[in-house]
Amino acid sequence: MADKEIDVIQNIYDENDKIALETKDNMGKRGVFVVNVMGAPGAGKTSSIISLIKGLADEKVYVIEGDIESDIDTVKLKELGIETIQINTNGACHLDAPTIKKSLTDLSLDKPGILFIENIGNLVCPAEFQIGEHIKMLICSAAEGSDKPYKYPLAFEKADIILLTKGDLKSFVDFDDEFFLKGIRALNKTVPVFEVNAKIGQGFEAAVAWISTRKNSAIK
Amino acid sequence: MHEFPVTEQIIKIAAEQAEKNNALKVTQINLVVGESSGFIGESIQMYFDIISEGTICKGAILKMENVKTKWKCPACDILYSRQPLSFACPNCGMDGLPTEIGREFYVQSIEIET
Repeated sequence: MADKEIDVIQNIYDENDKIALETKDNMGKRGVFVVNVMGAPGAGKTSSIISLIKGLADEKVYVIEGDIESDIDTVKLKELGIETIQINTNGACHLDAPTIKKSLTDLSLDKPGILFIENIGNLVCPAEFQIGEHIKMLICSAAEGSDKPYKYPLAFEKADIILLTKGDLKSFVDFDDEFFLKGIRALNKTVPVFEVNAKIGQGFEAAVAWISTRKNSAIK
Repeated sequence: MHEFPVTEQIIKIAAEQAEKNNALKVTQINLVVGESSGFIGESIQMYFDIISEGTICKGAILKMENVKTKWKCPACDILYSRQPLSFACPNCGMDGLPTEIGREFYVQSIEIET
């Protein structure tokens, strides 16, 4: 019997990231652009997805709804005629690549288009796990306060596009635009920030155009 | 909940390496865990004790090397720990850039009995 130390140096995310990359490649080959939608509970993720879909009228859209429990959002999307499936994580705080890979078999994916994956409402761990996305979209509401980039830096650093919702509440919550943007720019020099009103579907045109452009450059 | 699948992955990595090296058992797993990796050592340990049952890793010591998060000032070229609600460099006040220091989350090595 002998004791021996073996060097490993293996990233614990490796397997998740490998599956995420495979999913991204497979979806790309089908002409499906994948958007990982992140944000705190109540930020307006589902409402923003609905407004974006209305703007993307020429695209076939698929949605995967991730929630700890319930299918309220899925029912809402299905009523609008959007092909949607529900994942309930029963307590887990984020979606991961193996879960998404498995759930994709429940979607028709019969046409090229866009797949929105609404992650669990949480500003922490969804940012740490790739799930097979081409881009990460962060939905942030003014009601959460302007200090969020400083408190949850990774979500803002990893975001490819940020939508700021509920701007009409700014004065009620002392939202400081300058402080918010300063924090974002320290973390992420290039991410576009679009101010929208998800409740009435206002201000989404620029975000829709940005997503279409990114899709066209990612999917040939 | 968060640490459960991650702990399974740690055991999988350690068990694969142990088998490759004809180990009888894994006595220690050395992890590097950055402060901003989002993982809590105590929580990993709790799941490890449960999940490692019946595997070659049962009873192994989980040793964690913690790494403090660092930011980098583009002007002064120094690494620093940030203050709450600020990314400013303590030297010149300019907002620094995030670095990978503090995000580590990997299995450094395993110790085995053969």
